[in-house]
Amino acid sequence: MDLEVIRSYIPLFAKAFFLTLRIGWIGIALAILIGMLSAFVLYFRIPMLSGFIKFYIELFRNTPLLIQLFFIYFGLPAIGLSISAEVCGAVALGLLGGSYMAESFRSGLEAVPYIQTESAMALGMSKGRLFISVILPQAISISVPAIVANIIFLLKETSVFSAISLMDLMFTAKDLIGLYYDTTESLFLLVIFYVIMLLPVSFAGSFLEKKMRYSMFGD
Amino acid sequence: MEEILKIEGLSKSFDDLTVLEDINLTVAKGEVVVIVGPSGCGKSTLLRCINGLESIEEGKVLLDGETVNPTTGNIRKLRERIGMVFQSYDLFPHMTILDNIMLAPLKVQKRDKAEVKKEAEELLARVGLSSKKDNYPRQLSGGQKQRVAIVRALIMNPEVLLFDEVTAALDPEMVREVLDVILDLASQDRTMIIVTHEMAFAKAIADRVVLLDAGTIVEQSDPISFFESPKTERAKKFLSTFEYSKQ
Ligand SMILES: Nc1ncnc2c1ncn2[C@@H]1O[C@H](COP(=O)(O)OP(=O)(O)O)[C@@H](O)[C@H]1O
Ligand SMILES: [Mg+2]
Repeated sequence: MDLEVIRSYIPLFAKAFFLTLRIGWIGIALAILIGMLSAFVLYFRIPMLSGFIKFYIELFRNTPLLIQLFFIYFGLPAIGLSISAEVCGAVALGLLGGSYMAESFRSGLEAVPYIQTESAMALGMSKGRLFISVILPQAISISVPAIVANIIFLLKETSVFSAISLMDLMFTAKDLIGLYYDTTESLFLLVIFYVIMLLPVSFAGSFLEKKMRYSMFGD
Repeated sequence: MEEILKIEGLSKSFDDLTVLEDINLTVAKGEVVVIVGPSGCGKSTLLRCINGLESIEEGKVLLDGETVNPTTGNIRKLRERIGMVFQSYDLFPHMTILDNIMLAPLKVQKRDKAEVKKEAEELLARVGLSSKKDNYPRQLSGGQKQRVAIVRALIMNPEVLLFDEVTAALDPEMVREVLDVILDLASQDRTMIIVTHEMAFAKAIADRVVLLDAGTIVEQSDPISFFESPKTERAKKFLSTFEYSKQ
């Protein structure tokens, strides 16, 4: 491995790193939003919408991100809607992630025992009030480990963005390998940057799990 | 005697299983009614009908003349006036003891925070749990949790309190501390309907004992008559299940 080569590639990788990170986190934020709303629809069994959400979840959980990317990137312009590769990446990640997050939030909501709802009702609380004050905080805390796992999964999935010519980490690595054959150095940097991206999430995740459990349940 | 709660011809079934049949019961202000009966006879269902956690097919539950109906808009107002403590310790696990107690008075009754906090602390002191106010439910024993659950119901200032086997899930040594709290409430002239398997407690606290069997009221009388000279065969048989003798 040539350290000089590595040093000269770092700025390129750093740029790609921030691009990947930016799209990744926008996508994840979108995924959390979509996931939460979908979980609410399923939890409250809202008629019509529930069926649609179930269909959406199955569709996106059972197709690869790459195919979703292609559909959005090449499919939308075909019906007259063109979006940039960046927006496309974030949207696709948000839709894929939303389907996973929905399941995580939903199982968190359903893990809260029904007696909690009944005790809150017995105290005269409205459905909305008891959902916000009693059910949701417990559900979120139960969901945290699954949500963190989803975030890590989604950040890894960003490696397929290069397929729609986003200048992300993967794209940069492939490009440099193609141009200069510095395979070892490029792959080394690729791995390092992904580790830099994911390790803090892992650590923050386990910290958050502990912290949430403590502030939620006192242990 | 001024009546506060009236149950008229109440029937309730789950699908084709009839759980309660033509229940009639009137409770006076300040009265303590103890409901006893074998497991599965409908005691919990009866209490749940009283505060509208179950829908009613036939008959009526009236709180001070107002019909309790889970599908109408005033059900929440009525539930504020009927406190309930369940068998399982059902505190909100993500809140401290104080927050558990203060949640409903603040969010439902919209009362002043400082005033609610003061009352919560007084009530906690009364049940001997002042030192636990900043703890979480997990850090409390079962008996302590049930005492908090009672305080959480009390702070709403309910006109009627319902207790559903609140000591049934407790270790024997914790039963007493919870029953003592309920005895203390009886001495304050609270109106209560208590479902329990603790016969000695029932005898001590009841103004009236009601025996429920297979969804109907089989016998009701004052505790002395009920325990010492039960009229029906069913009551005698039920009471004999609490007696032990070497064969
Ligand atoms: N939600 C329900 N759905 C169907 N059956 C129920 C339900 N709740 C109670 N039951 C049945 O109703 C009967 C009375 O139950 P319950 O009121 O809990 O009795 P108890 O409290 O006296 O032990 C039992 O046979 C029980 O299985
Ligand atoms: Mg019961």
